[in-house]
Amino acid sequence: MERYGVEIRVNGRPMKAEVAAADTLLEVLRDKLGALEVKNGCGQGDCGACTVLLDGKAVNSCLTLAVQADGADVITLKGLGTPDDPHPLQEAFVEHGAIQCGFCTSGMVLAAKSFLDENPDPTRDEIREGISGNLCRCTGYTKIVDAIEDVARRAKVGGRS
Amino acid sequence: MTTDARTGDKETVERPVPGQDLETPDYKVIGRRLPRHDARDKVYGQTKYADDRPIDGMLHAKVLRSQYAAARLVSIDTSAAAQMPGVHTVLTAKDVPCNETTSKFGQTHTAGGFEGLYRVLADKKVRYMGEAVALVAAETLEQAELAARAIKVEYEPLPGVFDPREAMKPDAYRVGEEDSNLVCTYKIRRGDVDEAFKTADVVVENTYHVPFGDHVYIEPESGVAWIDEDDVITIRASTQVIEHFRDIADIMKVPHNKVRVIAPMLGGGFGGKEDITVEAFLALLTWRTKRPVSLTFSREESLLAHSKRHPYFMTYRTGATADGKLVALDAELISDAGGYAYLSPWVLLYSTVCATGPYKVPHVKVDAYTVLTNNTFTSAYRGFGAPQVCFAYELQMDALAEKLGLSPLELRELNYLHTGDETGTGHVMQTAVWTDETAREAYAALGKPTTPRSPRERIGRGLASGMQSYGRLIYMHDTSRSYVGFELDGTLVVRCGVQDIGGGQASSLATIAAEVLGVPLDDVTVYFGDTALTPLAGTTTATRQLYMSGNATLKAARAVRDALAVKAGEMLGVNPECLDLKDRAFHVLAADGATCSPEELPGPLPLKDVLKACASAGIPLWNLAQFNAPAREVEDVQNVHGQILPDFTFGTHAAEVAVDIDTGQVQVLKFVAAFDVGQAINCLSAEGQLEGGSVCGLGYALLEDLKLNNGETMTPALDTYLVPTAKDTPDVVPIMLQSGGGIGPFGAKGIGEPSSTSGAPAIANAVADAIGVRINELPLTPERVLTALKTQEMDAAATGER
Repeated sequence: MERYGVEIRVNGRPMKAEVAAADTLLEVLRDKLGALEVKNGCGQGDCGACTVLLDGKAVNSCLTLAVQADGADVITLKGLGTPDDPHPLQEAFVEHGAIQCGFCTSGMVLAAKSFLDENPDPTRDEIREGISGNLCRCTGYTKIVDAIEDVARRAKVGGRS
Repeated sequence: MTTDARTGDKETVERPVPGQDLETPDYKVIGRRLPRHDARDKVYGQTKYADDRPIDGMLHAKVLRSQYAAARLVSIDTSAAAQMPGVHTVLTAKDVPCNETTSKFGQTHTAGGFEGLYRVLADKKVRYMGEAVALVAAETLEQAELAARAIKVEYEPLPGVFDPREAMKPDAYRVGEEDSNLVCTYKIRRGDVDEAFKTADVVVENTYHVPFGDHVYIEPESGVAWIDEDDVITIRASTQVIEHFRDIADIMKVPHNKVRVIAPMLGGGFGGKEDITVEAFLALLTWRTKRPVSLTFSREESLLAHSKRHPYFMTYRTGATADGKLVALDAELISDAGGYAYLSPWVLLYSTVCATGPYKVPHVKVDAYTVLTNNTFTSAYRGFGAPQVCFAYELQMDALAEKLGLSPLELRELNYLHTGDETGTGHVMQTAVWTDETAREAYAALGKPTTPRSPRERIGRGLASGMQSYGRLIYMHDTSRSYVGFELDGTLVVRCGVQDIGGGQASSLATIAAEVLGVPLDDVTVYFGDTALTPLAGTTTATRQLYMSGNATLKAARAVRDALAVKAGEMLGVNPECLDLKDRAFHVLAADGATCSPEELPGPLPLKDVLKACASAGIPLWNLAQFNAPAREVEDVQNVHGQILPDFTFGTHAAEVAVDIDTGQVQVLKFVAAFDVGQAINCLSAEGQLEGGSVCGLGYALLEDLKLNNGETMTPALDTYLVPTAKDTPDVVPIMLQSGGGIGPFGAKGIGEPSSTSGAPAIANAVADAIGVRINELPLTPERVLTALKTQEMDAAATGER
């Protein structure tokens, strides 16, 4: 099978991989580049658990071919922030109890980040629309919307989002 | 919140404010609104789920599944598959040391009448579509998948039976090897329903149907296995029951101490990981290949082949006097067990026990049946048989209220059970029963009715109360163990074999230990979910972990505290009973009537000093405690009477919906969950359970419908099996009442399953209120709503003509 060399910057670090044409970005991130924080929930673009930021935009990595990400910047949950330098969304998700089992969290936080970049001052309904591609089975979404709303509100008075 | 349920004069729905704790007496960490100890790892991507620890040299597994729902297995030829590149082994039923055992679910006591057949791989006869027929392990997943396709299976298709009502007939196709498809039956005979119905002024009789459901945990079934030193088969898997290790050992014909099961943090369970999923397959493959093996079900596989929520056909007849008192209830329940029994007998027993709901019903007759069919097998699902009957008995209540000219709340208030009353089985409630309060609070929180946004929109509101147990059947003689111990630096370790399925099972144990032992939550580390290294704590099912392992942890923590207090008392020269352990130190409390002022009291004595002194004196800094639930032997399993479950949680959902009468679309505008949680251990976490459970109920009400056609799943992906997205859900308003009257630690009740049970009927009752016609079937799809409206229109026209 023909292999293609791709170079993807994952969380700022340039990484190389040999991939097949049909390999998805999700497979390559998890199996070849060690980004196990990216989750596989359905592999069919329905659940959003595998969401990453591709050049700043949220994508389902299971529907993105690895070759499409050649030369691109990929941000995963670990690249968004760390315990020492957390992203406000990460702090807000913890503070608001927006995490239960945590399996959707990776994709959900990144979807929220991409959404707030486009709509920094959303209504709750807009937030609900914005994250409707990401399924959560534990929280019932209310606390997730609370967390995202809180970050937007704080950014308005001078934080980052 | 306003308490006036009738007027409900609130403008907007009040939601809890972060930072605002529920009032709790004197607790330091219990009941606070604190982030869970596992949340940080999860938000920084550091939590390692079952599929997140690849091992060097790991093989990948694939399961070959039956394409037929009912067929004779004529032959299986694996020779070509075994020769394919990268393939290490191909296994079929004949390779399984013990292919047929009984299905046990972590229980350590054998109660008669509950165990069905557990068959690892299909043999002789295929009983449902998707049943596992063969296993492959190969170097890559792709190679495993190719090899699975190369296995030649010859099937002889059989007719099958797909409706439990058909399957009950004497001449029906036989799903299994037994001469009947009936798995089991239960009955309740309480009082004399025939005589009682004669005294009823109003009787309503209806038939209800609820569909198959899938758990749709975002993490599919997954695990990795390897052979460890000393030939121990070690399986790290996403499971709610590490104590399947005994069953795995029996399947492998190895001693029980040669199988170790580890459950890391789970990406959701909801009952779907209560049965064995990947564990037996992994054990077989790693044993045969002597290589680590990984297996994760695809989403399609999970939807097609793993357990489902039971569909039920229910006929209810309920009678009441003119002044609104229930006099009799007669119910027939038929559940579809699918191809194998699994937990169907237990689920049906829960349905039977809960069939009358949280009401006083003096005369009760229930007949319940669970029946094998060639549909996908059904087993545990959040609520465990309670949501199905709650849908029926709560729609019955609204139908009765309408006939009696009472409001739904009025009729319920006339009939709610209270402490001291008997449930439908004659269990005298000894604990807190606050259903009235939850109903009033829930209904009041709906506030003023919303104004329709268009002339074609109808607004309606409804409520439903539920009764759901926490803790396992008392037949099971349930136990849990927990270890609590200090390190010399004053930090704390809890070791407890709970599985954390996302509900904060581990975190709540940390909270309990921190409370009793006077340390901040950050000082506690919890080790959980390992049959070899953590004391066995039973299953994370049945809403039992806070109750069982919470009590075991509380017992252990108190024993540690008491031992340290004796030493501290000695060091301070005071009676240990005068000591309070908080903020990492022993503080002397002024005794009742003592005249000394706080300045005259000795101390505080740092905890570390006490630990050091105890360690030097050989006083243990730890305790391992066991908690035993109330237990009794089964006298007559089928004849259900008296106490069957340890205790119940009571609560009410209230919903306001908008129905578009042109499209049939239902939108939930307001959704309130009011529950007596006994005592919230973590306020934020308990609210999360109420909110998540409610949305699970919303999915059941409006969307979730796993459709099977002659045993074939027609909804094998998440674009056809729909679960609620953020757009489908309103803000859920959680109202937690704290009676302190539960049998869990600090008076807690369990809330994991109960929070979901009454959600769907509340929405269904709201829809009926909006459109004036009741739909007795779930989910309430636009098609069903339009059909109901059309029928109503035709009925009205017919009446007009007369």
